[in-house]
Amino acid sequence: MSVARFWRKQQNRYNLIGTRCTTCGKYFYPPRGFCPDCRREGKIVDHQFKGTGKVVTYSIIRSSSGNFKLLTPYVLAIIELDEGTRLTSHLVCDIDQVYIGMPVRRVFRKLGEDGSSGAIFYGTKFVPA
Amino acid sequence: MREVAVIGVGCTKFGEKWETSFRNLFVEAGALALEDANLSGEQIDEIFVGNMSAGRFVEQEHIGALIADYAGLATDNIPATRVEAACASGGLSFRQAYTAVASGMSDIVVAAGVEKMTDVGTEVTTDVLAAAADREWEGIAGITFPGLYAMIATEYMHRYGLTREQLAQVAVKNHDNGAKNPNAQFRKPITLDTVISSTLVADPLRLFDCSPVTDGAAAVILAPLERAREFTDTPIKVLGAGQASSTIALHDRKDICTLDATVAAGNRAFQMARVERKDIGFVEVHDCFTIAEICAIEDLGFCKKGEAGKLTEEGQTAIGGKIPINPSGGLKACGHPVGATGVKQVYETVKQLRGDAKGRQIDTEIGMTHNVGGTGATVVCHIFGRV
Amino acid sequence: MVGIISYGAYIPRYRIKVEEIARVWGANGTEISRGLGVFEKALPDMDEDTITISVEAARAAMARRVINPADIGAVYVGSESHPYAVKPTAVTVGEAIGATPVMTAADYEFACKAGTAAIQTSMGLVKSGMVTYSVAVGADVAQGEPGDALEYTAAAGGAAMIIGNDDPIAEINHTCSFTTDTPDFWRRENKPYPRHGGRFTGEPAYFKHVIGASKMMLEKMGTKPSDYTYAVFHQPNGKFPVQAASMLGFTMEQIKPGLAVTYLGNTYSGASMVGLSAVLDIAKPGDRIFMTSYGSGSGSDSFDITVTDVINSDLFNRDAAPSVSALLADKKIVDYAVYAKHKGKVVMME
Repeated sequence: MSVARFWRKQQNRYNLIGTRCTTCGKYFYPPRGFCPDCRREGKIVDHQFKGTGKVVTYSIIRSSSGNFKLLTPYVLAIIELDEGTRLTSHLVCDIDQVYIGMPVRRVFRKLGEDGSSGAIFYGTKFVPA
Repeated sequence: MREVAVIGVGCTKFGEKWETSFRNLFVEAGALALEDANLSGEQIDEIFVGNMSAGRFVEQEHIGALIADYAGLATDNIPATRVEAACASGGLSFRQAYTAVASGMSDIVVAAGVEKMTDVGTEVTTDVLAAAADREWEGIAGITFPGLYAMIATEYMHRYGLTREQLAQVAVKNHDNGAKNPNAQFRKPITLDTVISSTLVADPLRLFDCSPVTDGAAAVILAPLERAREFTDTPIKVLGAGQASSTIALHDRKDICTLDATVAAGNRAFQMARVERKDIGFVEVHDCFTIAEICAIEDLGFCKKGEAGKLTEEGQTAIGGKIPINPSGGLKACGHPVGATGVKQVYETVKQLRGDAKGRQIDTEIGMTHNVGGTGATVVCHIFGRV
Repeated sequence: MVGIISYGAYIPRYRIKVEEIARVWGANGTEISRGLGVFEKALPDMDEDTITISVEAARAAMARRVINPADIGAVYVGSESHPYAVKPTAVTVGEAIGATPVMTAADYEFACKAGTAAIQTSMGLVKSGMVTYSVAVGADVAQGEPGDALEYTAAAGGAAMIIGNDDPIAEINHTCSFTTDTPDFWRRENKPYPRHGGRFTGEPAYFKHVIGASKMMLEKMGTKPSDYTYAVFHQPNGKFPVQAASMLGFTMEQIKPGLAVTYLGNTYSGASMVGLSAVLDIAKPGDRIFMTSYGSGSGSDSFDITVTDVINSDLFNRDAAPSVSALLADKKIVDYAVYAKHKGKVVMME
């Protein structure tokens, strides 16, 4: 990922900053700039998520590419944050530890890097809470 | 809108075609379709070609023009358009061709699909396919396509008690069908044990739960129904067409186990065709992974949610069963050249309805196709019938 | 008075036993463990480095106390394993605790004492009134060449101290330093592992500076070792700090709570500060803490600290972040092959 493309969403990725529609009260992480329910009536503001949630579903990735090769096998999960929105994340834990409904919390980790001489990308991942 | 028929079909053999280039794949399928329709190139008014990622697989964009050129049609300067919707590119190409004919804009139109996947290594292929998901919020989290469908499978098995054996039966049945399809990549029957003892790719999905990496192309020719008999004795009519979108990311779906775009596209196709589920003789569904076939059967309305595993286990989705699924062998056994798959589904459906599907023939008047892009962000369905 | 407003530590989950490293090099693990006074050391996960460790430590400090991030005027991170040779670790820490953009930041390097140098700088900024709060981090994913003596101890971890004036949990009564040009340990530009002077790192380096700074402190404050509840010394292994303590007249009881090295290893820039964190985890109001760091090259920073009532007040919530002993207890032991993969010692093609 190019530095500009990563940097653009850096605050969101570092600090779990998403958005919220003040019209309907729905939370969005990943952030959305347009409420899919309220559309033109929606008013979107930034929202800092607490960083706790639970596992909705998961898989253990045993064949991967690029930045994830050295992490393989790793747990991939869809996580529902306490505020109600869902996201996909690498879940940092033992592969036999994960289960549906497992409580999780955010951590700060490397998301990847552009080779050994390129930029390093950091952001939010999750661990068992 | 005019009524539209398919008057000719062509498909390459699917597989790892080391000696065939991207452009020659298309030319081969196109020539077979022209021959089938007894057409010459001058009669073609327009071309649509479905292709997911020639840009990354063979570093070639501007596919419409390339295809027109190497098919010998550039001399007539006909319009050629590339259509992209990840793995639903082929189905969408057919839909574009259908609307072009139905609207009266063009008469004789080619709908093709082509993908050359083996010119890059497995890791690049994995990465290219991952681009069908949300790059910024799924890709960066380390998703792979097997991983996304595996997350559907985890939740599905947890919720509905689908067994490992039921899931494996999807692959076994599709390999049985593929063994009878001369174009299929895999023509060897397998057992439940083959699937269950194969390597884990993304738990709970194993290697034999996954469709392979494939080179291939398919082309079909559409014409107004009123002119179809000029070209063929067995035109196959397009009865219904439905397309739908859903969220790009799996995590944003209302229900992880339901591809709501399949539900919507299926319903739209059925409404337009004015036929019932019970009228459908077979469906070519998008079984990129075994779990995808299970979901498709339910989301298209052929059984209730949670029952497709049992239906499969009982043999009701095999040829001769209540609702045969994927007589071609599906993506699993026939292979999955992503941009070509949707058109290959039409090819198989036309072959079946004409009575030309030797060895795997189903006796029916009506068949259906179901083509998915990503984890269900785009779905294209078509219903076809004998005239 | 200037002091520690909050603190936080972070230790990655993975550990390797010193015996396992010895096994690979055909050495006697039992003897080495006993000789070093170190039995296990922490290593980073595949997606952890000095930046992620620094952020986790700083966030732990933020979790223990309500601090408006906008009041943080400076972030300094001391490490000898900054992921970038050029591009500060401190800015990522600042951004990840929401302190950007109105702040100053820089990375420090002074071998194992860069973290305490960051504390001193922070004290200066706070005392002068230039900033309300300053964050000082010491963290490392310490490097040691395969087969070298350093490999037995070089570990991953770090700690963060938020320095300020208002209601500190611990007042810093005084700090002083003892610094000379002593080439006992170094890493040249573009080299992956440090080199060291073997036994030269002992008497003319570690002991001369640790004892030098500590004696200066005792003299300046007019105190004797028995006036302190706890003492923390830089802990490259389990032996040096014990020896330094006894040379100065501190007892084992005073240094044991802050001796994290035994099951953590040497976290280089993080070492003294993780030790101080372990002491703050259990300290009571009125406890007096003596700390002397050591960084090769060489220098020692000495601190005289008094714990205040605030540590037990509503202003501070010690339980909001894990203690050093909790971090040490949450562990997963790996073998040398996994350790080599985690430490990037397996050469991969790009």
